[in-house]
Amino acid sequence: MASRTLFERIWAGHVVVEPADEPALLYVDLHLIHEVTSPQAFEGLRLAGRRVRRPDLSVATMDHNVPTEEGPVTDPLARRQLDALRQNCEEFGVPLYATGSGREGIVHVIGPELGISQPGMTIVCGDSHTSTHGAFGALAFGIGTSEVEHVLATQTLPQRKPKTMRVNFDGELPAGVAAKDMILAAIGQAGISGGVGYVVEYDGPAIRSLSMESRMTVCNMSIEWGARAGMIAPDDTTFAYLEGRPGAPAGAEWGRALDHWRSLATDSDATFERELSVDVSRLAPQVTWGTNPEMVVPVHGEVPDPADYDDPGERDAVERALTYMGLAPGMKIADITVDRVFIGSCTNARIEDLRTAAAVVSGKRVHPTVRALVVPGSAGVKQQAEDEGLDKIFTAAGFEWRRAGCSMCLGMNPDILQPGERCASTSNRNFEGRQGRGGRTHLVSPALAAAAALAGHFVDPQAVGEAA
Amino acid sequence: MKPFRRVTARAAVLDRSDVDTDQIIPKQFLKRIERTGYGEFLFFDWMKQPDFELRRPEYADARILLTGRNFGSGSSREHAAWALQDYGFEVVIAPSFGDIFRTNAMKIGLVPIVLPGDAVETLMHAVAGGESLTVDLEAQQVTGPADLVVPFEFEPFARESLLQGLDDIALTLKREEKITAYERSHAARVDTSALPV
Repeated sequence: MASRTLFERIWAGHVVVEPADEPALLYVDLHLIHEVTSPQAFEGLRLAGRRVRRPDLSVATMDHNVPTEEGPVTDPLARRQLDALRQNCEEFGVPLYATGSGREGIVHVIGPELGISQPGMTIVCGDSHTSTHGAFGALAFGIGTSEVEHVLATQTLPQRKPKTMRVNFDGELPAGVAAKDMILAAIGQAGISGGVGYVVEYDGPAIRSLSMESRMTVCNMSIEWGARAGMIAPDDTTFAYLEGRPGAPAGAEWGRALDHWRSLATDSDATFERELSVDVSRLAPQVTWGTNPEMVVPVHGEVPDPADYDDPGERDAVERALTYMGLAPGMKIADITVDRVFIGSCTNARIEDLRTAAAVVSGKRVHPTVRALVVPGSAGVKQQAEDEGLDKIFTAAGFEWRRAGCSMCLGMNPDILQPGERCASTSNRNFEGRQGRGGRTHLVSPALAAAAALAGHFVDPQAVGEAA
Repeated sequence: MKPFRRVTARAAVLDRSDVDTDQIIPKQFLKRIERTGYGEFLFFDWMKQPDFELRRPEYADARILLTGRNFGSGSSREHAAWALQDYGFEVVIAPSFGDIFRTNAMKIGLVPIVLPGDAVETLMHAVAGGESLTVDLEAQQVTGPADLVVPFEFEPFARESLLQGLDDIALTLKREEKITAYERSHAARVDTSALPV
């Protein structure tokens, strides 16, 4: 058999039919659902008199617009949308982890937590950060509401085969530098549209040494440079994470699953349509300065000068970004003060992220002019963090400790920035207005966000540790 | 989906790259559970700026949007495509699109056309005085003032779907036997109905 990439292997195993001159019809192993992108899809089913073909391959949760403070949903529109999800799940028989169930959370945090995001699967969700699940060696990608309806009705999707790319992270990651810094640096290098049309496999020694939580951070941001999906071949780290989780295979099935999963790798002689290398051996913590994730520099760096850009379009974009962000060319990143700190989102709100941030803030105090927020990725993460006493470390330092949800990553709930407020955020998008109209977002790792909360400005988390 | 063949209309120019779906329709409008009525919120924040391009009076009846590379990047929200269509756009022409946006647009009959950057620039110049363009999906060409003709490529199956306004769920359901056969020969990987509650 011809040599294949991991992606090609999974793709070939999921083609239901590939008619001439038409897209392939791809089978979907798992469909994740949330309240924001599903109501119109369920309504479409109702109008056409269709059913959900495989509710047993679907699971829903409430994450995007749930409030993270205790109490009821006071926003009537949000409540209506959450009620619609509950009613739709009941009517169509789809399992739902509702707020208060104890297992709810950000859809991309609970899938892995439940052990239902597994190697070799096809996973879709009406959310662009579905690429997160690719960390398990799955083909996972975001879809729109029309496609959500298509999957609900048929458990398949017509798909054009994407191109393949491999990104090799070479070298050993320095201490204090995180997966978030790796992916931000890669996006800075490749550009915000560098991945459009590709499924990307992340590989190399620096990837192999990452935990599952960190691998999820890398794959999560695949969409931020336009990639259709991002994936990492499964290995012992993956299997150890999955073993014993409620949705993972158990008993004799576990052994059979392992045999299959171990076969999921890219052949050594397989070729990609594009290859990129990112050397991480001298990587420093990264901070975005602009209004898309490609606009990123090391924490020791400076805000760029539009005059240094030859291309007029690029120069305009940089100028527009600096105006929006309220930054002057040449300003040192370390001199930028922050008003808010957000530790959360499907990018960086898993237990490891919270442990890292807690280690930075332990025994210290949030800067008096900063309001800082920790929003665990799921009810499960929140419980585990509390069992480990992390909540006490955060609250003693002056952080607010909240309930699980997407929260300030996109500000669909009450957690938003005010116009002009500047935030160090562990989320994934620094677009204009993303965290609230006029809000200014700087994307960083959990350690750097925690360090910025203490210092009141951007600072290398390593330096905070030394000063203590 | 309403079939699309051709449109002759004013073309609005939004000469920016990487316009993300957060700009096209901000998050506060995603809480609605309807599929219509998003047009009035299109580019909600940018529309508040007096010099925003789409506020130009001559663009009031534009049906074609000419824009920069990587249009519709970011969030998967189909609301972005709904908002553009509800506002009145039938065609978006750009050097490239965000993958999910492009699919969303095609699913609802908003026609995303990819042209090389210099061809998009040519079209932008051609309509600088408020001129109209004709986009003909059947003939796969854009025509404009002074005998301007710009041919474009379009993936044949997607083109046919748009021309006929096909319901692709109905098309897939015609292959239900194949789906059932696949399910018989491939054991389910998970069973969400057996998860702890």
